[in-house]
Amino acid sequence: MLIFNRLETYLFLAVVLFAIGLYGVLARRNLIAVLISVELMLNAASLNFMAFNRFLAPHPAVGQVIALFIMAVAAAEAAIALSIIVAVYRKLKSINAEHASELRG
Amino acid sequence: MSVLSTESFAQMAFWVVVGLTIGGACIAVFPRNILYNVLGLAMALSGVAGLYLYLGSLFIALMQLLIYVGAITIAICFAIMLSSPMYLPGPPRSPLKLLGGLLGAGGVFAFLLLLTRRTTWVPAKERVNDWSIKTIGDFLLTDYVLIFEVISLLLLVAMLGAIVTARNGRGT
Repeated sequence: MLIFNRLETYLFLAVVLFAIGLYGVLARRNLIAVLISVELMLNAASLNFMAFNRFLAPHPAVGQVIALFIMAVAAAEAAIALSIIVAVYRKLKSINAEHASELRG
Repeated sequence: MSVLSTESFAQMAFWVVVGLTIGGACIAVFPRNILYNVLGLAMALSGVAGLYLYLGSLFIALMQLLIYVGAITIAICFAIMLSSPMYLPGPPRSPLKLLGGLLGAGGVFAFLLLLTRRTTWVPAKERVNDWSIKTIGDFLLTDYVLIFEVISLLLLVAMLGAIVTARNGRGT
């Protein structure tokens, strides 16, 4: 069987993408880099939906609709996160996550 | 013979797309220069669009290129231009935290890999083979109309919130 006609290939790719994104969220301190990593993780989830949609689901439109919703939510999330990053930079003159610790108890 | 060559071409293109995705994801996370990160993100997102093509949906692949590569990446570029200059060297990072991130991500990776390997995936008994865009539109305005409306409200609120948040502290 061809490699791009198997569900496991896409699931494995999504897991790799998710793990790379999670490493970025945990290890990077630049807030924009964290946002980029979150986008990678969202894409991994979306890829999973599309793979299940292609190989398992009863109706192929459902997974595509959900992938569209994920894209819309990701766009909203990116807009909010970027505006917060710009506001943080104005206040602290830095976008390092470790400098934004004013609320620490 | 011609079928074989088509198949091998599809296989080759698939590996190119996979390399674009994984390589782009690595460029998006590992280099310290934030501009390389954004370019890597654009690469990875284009690769995922190619994977969507292999999964049978030209529409979602084009949406991916339009929304992610066209809009979100450009927005991130604007945020980079508005924030700190890149020639300043960052503070040194502690290897302990890097190790912690590596361990956490590796643990989740192993868990998810085991989960996807061990599960037996059962296809649905009856499967419709209807990939047209018209059906997606029908679904959006019948079964999923509530989510559709809520998503449009969410986008509106996010837009207003972004404007208010970014505008604060700028004087009148």
